[in-house]
Amino acid sequence: MNIVFVLAPLSLALGAGAVVAFLWTLRAGQYEDVRGAAERILIDDEDGPGL
Amino acid sequence: MAVTYDAASGADFSAFLAKGKDGRASLDLLVRGARCAGCLGKIERAVGELPGVESARLNLTSGKLSVGFAGPTGDPAAVIAALDKLGYPATPYDPGQAQIAHDREGRRLILALAVAAFGAMNTMMFSVPLWAGLFGQELGPATKQVMMWLSGAVGAPCAIYAGMPFFQSAWRSLKGGRANMDVPISIGVILTLVISFSETFLNGRDAYFDAAVMLLFLLLVGRWLDHVLRGKARSAAADLLAMQAPTATRLDGEGRERAIPLADVRPGDRLRVRPGERIPVDGVLEDGRSEIDNSLLTGESAPETVAPGDACRAGALNLSGLLTLRAGARSDDSALAAIARLVEAGAQNRSRYVRLADRAAALYVPVVHTVAALTFAGGWALGLGPREAMIRAVAVLIVTCPCALGLAVPAVQVAASSRLFRRGVLVKSGAALERLAEVEHVVFDKTGVLTEGRPELIEADPAVVARVAPLARASRHPLARAVARAAGEGPTASEIIEHAGHGVEGLVDGRRARLGRAAFVGAPTLKQGETELWFGVEGETPVRLRFADRLRADAAGTVAALKARGLTVEILSGDLAGAVGEAAAAVGVSDWRAGLTPEEKAEAVDRLSANRKVLMIGDGLNDAAALARAHAAIAPGSALEASQNAADLVLSGQELGAVVEALDVARSARRRALENFGFAAVYNLLAAPAAMLGFVNPFVAAIAMSGSSLVVTLNALRVGGRR
Repeated sequence: MNIVFVLAPLSLALGAGAVVAFLWTLRAGQYEDVRGAAERILIDDEDGPGL
Repeated sequence: MAVTYDAASGADFSAFLAKGKDGRASLDLLVRGARCAGCLGKIERAVGELPGVESARLNLTSGKLSVGFAGPTGDPAAVIAALDKLGYPATPYDPGQAQIAHDREGRRLILALAVAAFGAMNTMMFSVPLWAGLFGQELGPATKQVMMWLSGAVGAPCAIYAGMPFFQSAWRSLKGGRANMDVPISIGVILTLVISFSETFLNGRDAYFDAAVMLLFLLLVGRWLDHVLRGKARSAAADLLAMQAPTATRLDGEGRERAIPLADVRPGDRLRVRPGERIPVDGVLEDGRSEIDNSLLTGESAPETVAPGDACRAGALNLSGLLTLRAGARSDDSALAAIARLVEAGAQNRSRYVRLADRAAALYVPVVHTVAALTFAGGWALGLGPREAMIRAVAVLIVTCPCALGLAVPAVQVAASSRLFRRGVLVKSGAALERLAEVEHVVFDKTGVLTEGRPELIEADPAVVARVAPLARASRHPLARAVARAAGEGPTASEIIEHAGHGVEGLVDGRRARLGRAAFVGAPTLKQGETELWFGVEGETPVRLRFADRLRADAAGTVAALKARGLTVEILSGDLAGAVGEAAAAVGVSDWRAGLTPEEKAEAVDRLSANRKVLMIGDGLNDAAALARAHAAIAPGSALEASQNAADLVLSGQELGAVVEALDVARSARRRALENFGFAAVYNLLAAPAAMLGFVNPFVAAIAMSGSSLVVTLNALRVGGRR
């Protein structure tokens, strides 16, 4: 039963991590242009940034 | 004087540059017509390769292109010219306006939604063992107590934070002496939390933390969807306006042209107005002769001739000559803005409308709260003890589920608005749809609503049109454009000279030809008050071309469809009786009045409103006051800002038939909303007695709540209009 006292905080921490990650994606503007992101992968960037 | 006024690239748009923190300039443009990856790549590459441009990024969702320059200045005109060459017309976007998009309310809602989602999921983790305990699975009292405390520790803070938008709205409405839907929601949530804590503390049977958070999560989903959709409609409407009259062209001391945002115009500025542009502010004409089209201001379709010294009003369209105007007022003080204020006053009529959801709340709140109070009093009196009686009373509050009621209307309105959005109808508020559904009488404006609102060639011989077309294609004049449209694609004349205010001259088949005013071509004007253009070739008799504002193709069909839906139709116009009568006969309306001033229009709508619910459809400034007074109002996308502001719905497409579709969807939405209320009522009639008798435990509450929300939402998705 004691395992609950480890697992419960652990799962709460994971959940909180998910919320923080979501807020980060929101702030980073990842939902600003949903259609553009979908179309952008179709562009061949032959002269794009060399990796 | 021969000027070419196709000199858009000569204007200076540097007022639209915004300075970044690092001192570099940036520019926001609204680009039309970009739809796919191909456009996106083409635009970003072409603009990115311009000298001085460091970055270009197009937002395909909003149609905005952000251009970053390498230095503190840049050349916006070069960017606009490059886009124009690719075939994408672009308009600079006021830097101030891009800032407004920063949306505080939306961020607060999404934060609350994220917290509620976290709370709902994690409280559930502790609730499942508790539910299992309800079904006789093994759960020691100590473990149960731990689970309840954990559930409260996670659920309560989340519920308090996520509930803030509801608590605040409820508080505001209570202070105003009314009860909206947020009042029962807030009372329900707060009482649930209090009782759950006291039960947990007293080592009691049930705690409802999970129910409180889940309720808030479901409600926030509805509220957030509603917010996003309204934001989308608002920004689409703002884009329509930005494309209309974003700039004025100011002349500096040396006569150079600079494009400036409309808000920066000061009295005394000298402004240039090209043919085809709107007069930006009220002012006096200093130089140039032209015809101006006042149809958006007065509804009159025949153009008015103006000469230096004449006063011009903001919003009038310059048809033929290059004009220099001395600004007499700022944009905010212009005739246009004066009418906009009139509109605000009229719009207060409409704010008295009580929304469906609030009407339901007004019925629901007293009934449910009385039942809960009776449960408590009755339970105690019948010997249940105050604690058990209180738990049952709270159970009544929880299961009677403001959830289904809270979602009943927003879910329907979101479904209806998004359906209309795809059809090019922008719905500015949910209440607008409710009012539209109640309409019994439709009032149309003529110019720009039943008609196209721009001159079209009429009674033309195709052979003549074909001869005129090469010359017409070379000009930007609205009448020449109409000829070019009628003729379609083809060759352009050579050696073009535009004579501002007079016409255009060029070589057609090796002979000199002129297209323009009667005097310019060498012909007598036959009839006053008609829009005409003359075409002459050396050594031939000039030919006359006539123009008129043509009826929209679907005008008659729309009127017929409205009548088929049991509505009465009427035309109120500021135009001359002849033109209005002709249009009314063509669309099949027997009830019409012409020559009305804006005040008379507004009064007429007021009189009609006394015994009927009126829908007003208009675009002009002369309609704005009437639009604001009508029960519901629709404006086409070509309407001036004041009229669009006064309207509830804006049609972004060209088709008038969208009015019928909007009406169908609004009526269907109303049916769905009423069905949802009916469902919620039936559900509550079953759930309340169950709760009073003590049959409701946290598990039943959770199932009932999400089940009823789901039913209501699914029903909302059935919104649709018959075609």
